[in-house]
Amino acid sequence: MNTTFTGSNQYVASSELMTAVNIAVTLQKPLLIKGEPGTGKTMLAQAVADALGKKLIIWNVKSTTKAQDGLYVYDVVQRLYDSQFGTNGVDDIARYIKLGKLGEAFSAEEQVVLLIDEIDKADLEFPNDLLWELDQMEFYIPETKETVKAKQRPIVIITSNAEKELPDAFLRRCVFHYIEFPEQAQMEQILRVHFGDLEENLVRQALAGFYWVRQLRDIEKKPSTSELVDWLRALVAGGVDPDRIVKEIPFAGVLLKKDKDLRSLQRALR
Amino acid sequence: MFAGFFYLLRSRGLDVSLNEWLTLLEGMAKGLHGSSLTGFYHLCRAVLVKSETEFDRFDQVFLEYFKGVPYEGELPDELLDWLNNPAEDLNRSIEELKAKGFQDETLEEILKRLEERLKEQTEEHNGGNYWVGTQGTSAFGNNGWHPGGIRIGGQSRHRTAVMVAGERKYRDFRKDNRLDTRQFQMAFRLLRQLSVQAESAEKELDVDGTIRDTCDNAGTLAIRYKNPRKNTVKVLMLMDSGGSMEYYAGLCSKLFQAATKSNHFKELHTYYFHNCVYENVYTSPMLGWGGGESVPLEWLLKNFDSSYKVIIVGDAAMSPYELEEPRFNWSTRQYGLSGLQCLTHLKQRYPYLIWLNPEPMPARPDYWGQTHWKLGHMFPMYELSAEGLETGMKRLMAKR
Repeated sequence: MNTTFTGSNQYVASSELMTAVNIAVTLQKPLLIKGEPGTGKTMLAQAVADALGKKLIIWNVKSTTKAQDGLYVYDVVQRLYDSQFGTNGVDDIARYIKLGKLGEAFSAEEQVVLLIDEIDKADLEFPNDLLWELDQMEFYIPETKETVKAKQRPIVIITSNAEKELPDAFLRRCVFHYIEFPEQAQMEQILRVHFGDLEENLVRQALAGFYWVRQLRDIEKKPSTSELVDWLRALVAGGVDPDRIVKEIPFAGVLLKKDKDLRSLQRALR
Repeated sequence: MFAGFFYLLRSRGLDVSLNEWLTLLEGMAKGLHGSSLTGFYHLCRAVLVKSETEFDRFDQVFLEYFKGVPYEGELPDELLDWLNNPAEDLNRSIEELKAKGFQDETLEEILKRLEERLKEQTEEHNGGNYWVGTQGTSAFGNNGWHPGGIRIGGQSRHRTAVMVAGERKYRDFRKDNRLDTRQFQMAFRLLRQLSVQAESAEKELDVDGTIRDTCDNAGTLAIRYKNPRKNTVKVLMLMDSGGSMEYYAGLCSKLFQAATKSNHFKELHTYYFHNCVYENVYTSPMLGWGGGESVPLEWLLKNFDSSYKVIIVGDAAMSPYELEEPRFNWSTRQYGLSGLQCLTHLKQRYPYLIWLNPEPMPARPDYWGQTHWKLGHMFPMYELSAEGLETGMKRLMAKR
């Protein structure tokens, strides 16, 4: 594999993150990404797919998702319906086997990037149920006596918000990276990607205000990158004088979402 | 290769498996470390460490093995000035430098040589290989290329791994730090025991099973039921309140919030006591005051059967007589059970019982620590931190 990931013009990646991605791609292991909300965990997969010129398949995990859903679904109900009207092909089970996202990624002709988003949302057993499939990149469909095997091992990126602990056996098979909250210099770069050109002074003042709010001790839910982006939009739209930003933190409601946090901010501003 | 590092990691409590180690070696064979210590550090961390809570521990072991001593000696201002503003810029390629080869030496040796060198040096140097200067291959200076070198002043351009690890910026993620409610809640989630409730009269329609059976039955409806699965864990929490516990009030209230927010318990009951459990416990942290009612311990033991998981929270610090002497009851004017006897009753009644203590166990039983010491050996006692709670929860899941 000669292709290496070096970030993209839509996504600013730290050198450590790039190293981690390249390690995972070369070793053909799933890359497990953790980090504060709003550090661009989900965006990473898109950026990797774009940079390497591969198709992206997203599997959004929810609390009700089962491992089986990602492999295939046997649509028994449809078959039952069809059988009552004697539609053609009812005896062909394969017609009622629908591949899930994982199955889709395995059966793709070319190598794809598979994003398993927020794996910790699902049941505790969920990751364990996928061990074999992610290791061997294949699974067996008993209904059709067929084995779906990856033609090209997909690049698997898994994100987690650490709501649940992942089982050891699963972790051992992954390459792990923790995305840190971007430092001021990197954040400036990220803002440039989002906004193109912005007034120098406005950005500097907004960043100063933003990082000041983040370091306040009483703030329970710290604002993240996406909130900063929204805030900047609000500041630009409101035509706020840059010199007022740090002193007053206007539109604080965009940054902070909890009443308590807003009150602590008011106290800190005084 | 580096087998010592592997065993050092394991002996420092990082659970690295042989499989992961082999993966690391495979990665190195493929050149993923980019022939540099920094690259090696990142490769190691990505492959061997699977949680940000372990990063700090990993950093420390890495430092220990690759001998990191941060350089904090003093330097003349003049020298710093040359280093920060090099007079010429040499664009060197890494290959060019590698070809020249570097001496392999430990950081200690380098530091020693640095001291000697500082005594000799009198002028600015760029691109050399001996003096303290910029862009050179000597082990000292900045913008340099020596793999284990020491940066003196300037911005780090090529951060060496030893320095990165030395920053220890993941210290806050360590699990043994006392953290917020969320962490506690996460730990409480470990306490779950899903069981198919055989005794339950309620049954759920098993849709998947019904459809499958109906299909197998050639379309004739065959209804199937299943028993619902629920968490059956019942928790009884006894919290020390007032006195020496005031200091930990914030921490205890976080624990309490986490427990009440974890609504997956089948039952959760909380009672309060002061210093030690005696014949009465109270329904409010104000104990008998401010509307709190007292509940006889006997009633507690009778009404909560042994399947309850009991968590005692307290610092176990009291005078020895408070623990061991029989207690004089002012309302009945009689001597009752001693604290120790009451605790023994609890211990006998509940096989699932842990003690959470905000204070770490004293190394020796001194006067104030002697009851802590005694109770710590009598009960499975854990520190009231995210990690301690986690270990405690695991203990609660298994019968002794």
